[in-house]
Amino acid sequence: MTGSPLIEVEDLSIDLDDGSRRVPAAEGISFRIDRGETFGLVGESGCGKSITALALIGLLRPPLSVSGGVIRFEGREIQRLSAAAQRSLRGNRIAMIFQEPMTALNPVSPVGRQIAEMFVLHKGKSWREANQLAVESLASVRVPAPERRVKDYPHQLSGGMRQRVMIAIALACGPDLLIADEPTTALDVTVQAEIIELMRNLCAERGTAILMISHDLGLVANVCRRVAVMYAGRIVEERSSADIFRAPSHPYTQGLVDSLPRLGSRAALGRSRLKEIAGVVPAITNFPDGCRFNPRCAQATDICRTAAPKTDLLDAGGLVRCHHHA
Amino acid sequence: MHEPQGRVDDDVILTIEDLAVHFPLGGSLLGRGRRWLRAVDGVDLTLKRGECLGLVGESGSGKSTVALSILGLLTPTRGRIVLDGQVVTNRQSGDRKALARIVQMVFQDPYASLNPRQTVRRTLEDPLRVHGVTAKSEIEDRVATMLRHVGLRPEQAGRYPHEFSGGQRQRIGIARALILNPKIVICDEPVSALDVSIRAQIINLLLELKDTLGLSYIMISHDLGVVEHMSDRVAVMYLGRIVENGDWREIFERPAHPYTQALIAAIPDPLRHAPLATTGGDLPNPLDPPNGCAFSPRCRHAEDVCRHEPGPTLETRPDGHAVRCWRSEEIAGRGALASSVSGHP
Repeated sequence: MTGSPLIEVEDLSIDLDDGSRRVPAAEGISFRIDRGETFGLVGESGCGKSITALALIGLLRPPLSVSGGVIRFEGREIQRLSAAAQRSLRGNRIAMIFQEPMTALNPVSPVGRQIAEMFVLHKGKSWREANQLAVESLASVRVPAPERRVKDYPHQLSGGMRQRVMIAIALACGPDLLIADEPTTALDVTVQAEIIELMRNLCAERGTAILMISHDLGLVANVCRRVAVMYAGRIVEERSSADIFRAPSHPYTQGLVDSLPRLGSRAALGRSRLKEIAGVVPAITNFPDGCRFNPRCAQATDICRTAAPKTDLLDAGGLVRCHHHA
Repeated sequence: MHEPQGRVDDDVILTIEDLAVHFPLGGSLLGRGRRWLRAVDGVDLTLKRGECLGLVGESGSGKSTVALSILGLLTPTRGRIVLDGQVVTNRQSGDRKALARIVQMVFQDPYASLNPRQTVRRTLEDPLRVHGVTAKSEIEDRVATMLRHVGLRPEQAGRYPHEFSGGQRQRIGIARALILNPKIVICDEPVSALDVSIRAQIINLLLELKDTLGLSYIMISHDLGVVEHMSDRVAVMYLGRIVENGDWREIFERPAHPYTQALIAAIPDPLRHAPLATTGGDLPNPLDPPNGCAFSPRCRHAEDVCRHEPGPTLETRPDGHAVRCWRSEEIAGRGALASSVSGHP
């Protein structure tokens, strides 16, 4: 890693206001993504990964709000920018695709218009030019017969085609960072493979960095170069994806890697009982004291129940937040 | 493993013969201009006692339609379903209760499939009452026993679904499916709505219950890792038909149909940065299925023969592995093509 990072998140905290009190939905989040890099944020529902992404593009809305920390895009603090300056970043320099393209797309507008809008809003093109560019965009995400498809409404397209349209919109202005929040969770595996390869190739060609958010550690480890694992509002481990499956350091990451049946493991090792992670994911209003994984952790001791662990640098490279890390 | 056909076999608890479910679409009042969606079109399956049969395929391949037909919730257009020696297709409506005592279902989403206004006790007692269990003590006993079976405490029976976590709700869903002591349980994506760190608990529970209660499972899932872990046999569906059916190890180690190969190759390998193998294209429109083999427009091995009628038939090899592909022998002859594409260790 050389040069200045594209985006840098430092000690970010996000609060949830539940009416009577403020509870931390995410805290102490720090990571950086360099130009053209692929970075993954992995965790279960409610761990804070999606709200972290929304904070990056200034889309957090009450009851959620940033309560501390700094987000810098090319060295500039995003929170200090005017609303207009933030808007010109969003969609233009930082773009986002969502899990369910049917709800993210406008159902009453032809998809071509929704792509063309990007060129009109951010690049000052006329609608005539923008419509032509929309056809080219659809062609670049390999939608067949793009000149006819631009007139289609979202409901006329399959799930995979809709996600291609989302990618075309997101990449229309040549953003520096693409945030992909569970981009393939609603899709079949064969379609997932298509969408992931499309996203990966287009971003590599254009030097676009990817922040990929998913619950699927296997997919993220395959797509991204570095991975951060979140649990109950904190990043518990950040590693190169080459290491995260081979030598996970945090007990939660170890638990995840061990608990999932991986293709080929039964044939190689026979069917044994899966290793379970005991207990349940804590509710956001009820995060435990100390290390938030301690009630589910087999290695927990007294210190884990009282003091939140600091982030330690691993000799093998990477960061971990655990009192007893390997 | 061989599958005796056309005679009674005590090992077999469920036989599906030539099942077809067609849905009418559009058309005038008299049916002019009506089109038919062939959701399931000629499926043969058998499930043995104590076996877990994995049913895989993309959305729209007909997996859930097969499941609903077995449960008696859809009336087949054609074909026969034999459950525990009884033909259940074309049954009288009164037989519905008998069917419910043989086959039950665990649903995908434990948030949507439990009545939020009913306590767990009520959810578990109702089926017992409907099926003629009236003694209060017996009902209480059976509810308590079932809750213990699924890893919940009998004291929790007075609570409502919202008081439980997702994993616990799925345990309640499993308890509801098992309360009538069915012989077959259809699990439709039983873990995909759950948090990743909870899935192993539910998979282990389902496998344990299968052994202790002597159940047979049909396991519908798009997660091939889960299917491989749980299944004894696997059937792969594509556009309403079975394209491959065999022992789990055969299916995962030597997949013979190009579609099965594509499904396996599309799974990301977490240990490697390699590109995912892509198939090209979406599932074809079931209202306008392709000529010949339904997979031919997406198949890298397709030749002229594949694009013409009649399409390939499901051919069962001597080892019981069945494949619906004109060219599977030739493709297999070219060596471990699938594994070189997918990059799996």
